[in-house]
Amino acid sequence: MILAILFYLFAATAVVFALGVVAARSPLYSALNLIGCLFAVAALFALQSAQLIAVFQVLVYAGAIMVMILFVIMLLNLSPRELGRPRINVIKVAGAYFLFTTALVLGVRLAAQTWLPAQSVDDRFGSIESVGELLYRTYLLPFEMVSLLLLGAIIGAVLLTRKLKGDGS
Amino acid sequence: VIYENLILSIVLFTIGAVGFVIRRNAIVVLMSVELMLNACNLAFVAFARQLGDMTGHIYVFMIMTVAAAEAAVGLAIVVLIFRTRKAVNLDEINLMKG
Repeated sequence: MILAILFYLFAATAVVFALGVVAARSPLYSALNLIGCLFAVAALFALQSAQLIAVFQVLVYAGAIMVMILFVIMLLNLSPRELGRPRINVIKVAGAYFLFTTALVLGVRLAAQTWLPAQSVDDRFGSIESVGELLYRTYLLPFEMVSLLLLGAIIGAVLLTRKLKGDGS
Repeated sequence: VIYENLILSIVLFTIGAVGFVIRRNAIVVLMSVELMLNACNLAFVAFARQLGDMTGHIYVFMIMTVAAAEAAVGLAIVVLIFRTRKAVNLDEINLMKG
């Protein structure tokens, strides 16, 4: 019972903050709303007994990635003129509305049809020992490949943003 | 609980997709992508709990890593475009328009 109340509380929080991300006028407010949404989803992860994922969500997503986005927003320091006037495109809004309703109806139908028996899990489910063992034993090769991907992203970001010598811009 | 989680995941994903379509600021578009990836993570965690299998958690790790890489490269491109064109609105960036 208490779990259901917590679920609906955090679900409503996540949806409100997600709407804030899309609706906020300034990108700074969008980023702050996104941080709130990430925290709410981290709480939902913890409710699904995924403690390690919840901690990583707060540390990596809300900590590292969002700080980087906020840093870029403040680096660009957009003036209200550069933000531009919000132009409501009727076709886009209508398309978004149809996309939303279609996805919702399809999703509710699919979720009603998919019947999965809930497995009981013990205390070790989602803990750092069991997830780490799975990651470093069974999924060692994907783990190493992902480190290569990160290396490539670092080199790419540095190459893209460095200033060339004698380049006036 | 998995139904509620899946429906919440759909709602969050659609909000992200709508933001991706209707917003013009490149940084907000990137944040909408993060929102969509996060909705996927929620579905993965819900299925992992329902099936009692932690492989879904590994997937969430991989998605988080890809999201970090995507944010780094995407923000680098935004900074580069702002430096050369003084614009972050996506409908002003039409260099590749034929």
